[in-house]
Amino acid sequence: MKILIVDDFSTMRRIIKNLLRDLGFANTHEADDGQTALPMLKSGDFQFLVTDWNMPGMTGIDLLKAVRADEKLHALPVLMVTAEAKRDQIIEAAQAGVNGYVVKPFTAQALKEKIEKIFDRVG
Amino acid sequence: MTAQIDSNLNDGFISELKDCAKLLTEKLQNNQFEEASELIQVITHSRDQHIFKSVGKLTRGLHNAIVNFHVDVDLSNEPPKVENSDIHDASDRLNYVINLTQKAADKTMDMVDQSVPIAMNLGQEASTLRDEWARLKRREMTPNEFRELYERIDGFLGQMVVGTTQLNESFQNIVLEQGFQDLTGQVLKKVIGLIKDVERDLVELVRMAGQVEEITGLGNDKDVIEHDKEIFAKRKTLADGPQMHVEERKDVAANQDEVDDLLSSLGF
Repeated sequence: MKILIVDDFSTMRRIIKNLLRDLGFANTHEADDGQTALPMLKSGDFQFLVTDWNMPGMTGIDLLKAVRADEKLHALPVLMVTAEAKRDQIIEAAQAGVNGYVVKPFTAQALKEKIEKIFDRVG
Repeated sequence: MTAQIDSNLNDGFISELKDCAKLLTEKLQNNQFEEASELIQVITHSRDQHIFKSVGKLTRGLHNAIVNFHVDVDLSNEPPKVENSDIHDASDRLNYVINLTQKAADKTMDMVDQSVPIAMNLGQEASTLRDEWARLKRREMTPNEFRELYERIDGFLGQMVVGTTQLNESFQNIVLEQGFQDLTGQVLKKVIGLIKDVERDLVELVRMAGQVEEITGLGNDKDVIEHDKEIFAKRKTLADGPQMHVEERKDVAANQDEVDDLLSSLGF
């Protein structure tokens, strides 16, 4: 499975990459904000997107909205991994069509659970 | 002290205004229009004077704030260059914190990445040797197999010495890398001090500006009120995490369980 990890901090990208590798997903790619991620998603055959919310350029929520509005990408499973925990934000992400929401700092177990749940639901 | 003087100044202006208003009513009732007109001029003059004084104080306050933050502004450039200010210095310091924490995190993860295969290999070899050793104890081993095991244990002990030395070195480096906490902590404390100073002076400026608004009636401007409302509405979903004091806040999910509860209430 080809996965795109989007976060402006390389440390967090590396942590998520390592955790995904431990879960058996080794084919991961990285982008540091929505603006870089969107063309990658459009041209590549990614099957899963993990994104932060707060990033310069294009934020994760805008990336999610752009993905859902795109004809080719609209069904792509998206997991938001973010430090943003305001209820209004979580509701906004849910309404925008997020598939899972993990708040930072997170545990390996939490990330694993959410990813598995998404795959169970998406099939 | 300043607040006391300002409040006296305001009170003075208001009582003068009241006195004039009372006199004005009297003059008007007595049909003394010329004197009433003079009084109106006095009131207007007094109001202007009060505004000038307030604006003057606001300007002085702004000037003091700028001096306090050591903002060395070169106004001959457009936009003005601000290079030697405390604020600029604070930005540099905060960037330093980002760089240092990033380096520490990278180095720590490098060390872990190096250590994981060493520990894993040692573990695997130990596990294989334990099985072989059990066979030896059960006397299931041929002399040839025993010779092989003998050599293998010798090799393993060598690997153990090298491996554990490398692991120890990595652990020590990981501990040393945590020194970033001390360095960044000191920098952050300095920046917090600066922010407190900025906040104190800003509050003072806002208070002075509030007095000017009160006199001129600008404070009730519909556009300003609408603008403030818009800002508050936008803040609701503005990315400003991680949120602080989450345990006391009702608008923030305190942990993953609360996020999950909220999502399931939305039908997730």
